[in-house]
Amino acid sequence: MSSNWVEVCAADEIDEEDVIRFDHEGRTFAVYRSPEDEYFATDGLCTHEQIHLADGLVMDDIIECPKHNGRFNYKTGQAKGAPVCVNLRTYPVKVEAGSVFIAIS
Amino acid sequence: MSHIVIVGAGECGARAAFALREKGFEGEITLIGAEPHLPYERPPLSKDGLVAAEPPKYVAGPERYEEARITVVTGVAVEAIDRRRKAVLLGGGRAIDYDRLLLATGARPRALPDMSENAARIRMLRTHADALAIRGALAPGRKLAIVGGGFIGLELAATARKIGADVVLIEGLPRVLSRGVPQEIADVVAERHRQEGVEIVCGGRIAALEADNGGARVLFADGTSRLADLIVVGIGAVPNTELAEAAGLLIENGIAVDETLRTSDPDIYAAGDCCSFPLTHYEGRRVRLEAWRNAQDQGTLVAANLTGAGEPLTSVPWFWSDQYELTLQIAGLAEGAATTVRRDLTDGAFILFHLDGEGRLIAASGIGPGNAVARDIRLAEMLIAAGSRPDPAALSSPETKLKKLLAA
Repeated sequence: MSSNWVEVCAADEIDEEDVIRFDHEGRTFAVYRSPEDEYFATDGLCTHEQIHLADGLVMDDIIECPKHNGRFNYKTGQAKGAPVCVNLRTYPVKVEAGSVFIAIS
Repeated sequence: MSHIVIVGAGECGARAAFALREKGFEGEITLIGAEPHLPYERPPLSKDGLVAAEPPKYVAGPERYEEARITVVTGVAVEAIDRRRKAVLLGGGRAIDYDRLLLATGARPRALPDMSENAARIRMLRTHADALAIRGALAPGRKLAIVGGGFIGLELAATARKIGADVVLIEGLPRVLSRGVPQEIADVVAERHRQEGVEIVCGGRIAALEADNGGARVLFADGTSRLADLIVVGIGAVPNTELAEAAGLLIENGIAVDETLRTSDPDIYAAGDCCSFPLTHYEGRRVRLEAWRNAQDQGTLVAANLTGAGEPLTSVPWFWSDQYELTLQIAGLAEGAATTVRRDLTDGAFILFHLDGEGRLIAASGIGPGNAVARDIRLAEMLIAAGSRPDPAALSSPETKLKKLLAA
């Protein structure tokens, strides 16, 4: 399946060690900027109870769900233990001309 | 090979069982629960889970217990603990030997004096079966009387309105949520319920509850009464300490444990709603928490300690409640606060930060639509755990990122 690069926002609209919500064509994503100034993207909803992860807290390479503190590594999508046990899907990200793009397949 | 037996198959017992494997425990694990189900999450029972009358939301599917080699025994009540033999006794002369025992027996709803428990029209809410029975009695236009203005009563009120039932909520004290929730937040909650047509009666002294085939009645001490199709009593919970008490373990508003969750018997631990423990960040104040997160945290910690880690509990109490579109979150214990500062967020959401006499942050209580307060409450929890004394002006200013205060 071919990837489709979609522009999310200006790179400086996401703070370092933070996350924003990005909705596109009925889907919702979470787009992150790491403390090392790299960008990442995952599905927007927690795999436990369909809560928007972008309301949660980013700490190093972890996003914590705002509802029940389920934790994921947002770089790999890996679930980091109870109450979450299903990994998050991740998406490729690139920064071009000051804008963040994610590849939605 | 050693055998760890867990009595109580709720959130805490199940978490502990899985955490034992995550910590590398290779021995036998037996998880024993009185309910007929695999461990399930209780928070939805007063919320959307009740509206939909769904099957329980299981903590884990049967295959995960199999993979983790956890033997789950459901529908079985433990009758006694034989500490000399190191065994739990089930009915019919059956016994299961343990090397280490975890009591995660939870709590049960507190009943009113002389109340016949779970008569058809007078109920309490703790289990999936309770939720189904309550759901079955609710329909548009049916009258529900809720006794108790705590989290359970208020969440049930919101859920019942969603179903279309008429709701009156009766609280004996002058306001709802008087235990652990600041007045400013309780006022927002009460007002939101009134907008939805819930009648809230505070200061109502109940003389008796009556029910027959035709209906139910709340009789007040002043001689007045209220009719309802169903009465649900939600006036708190009582820890299930009977097994521990009969076995001679120390009880102190719950099964008394030390900071590693060990009871007065070095081979028996207790965790979750059933135990009282010294709270690290509050000068060792002994508390008992009835909370989902506490069940998780203690389940995880006790698994480490059952295998000899000897780690103290350091988590900060954390609670949440969902009512309508509002979510309330509290980190810490506000009791003993000298100062409170308010931080206003967008969409009417706000957080109250509670500081003690020395300026140390001891609690944060927030309310707002959806997860508006979640991130700041989580950061407040970390500030509390760090023992920090943040500048009150910075706390009240939404422009100041709490994350910055944490790094400071």
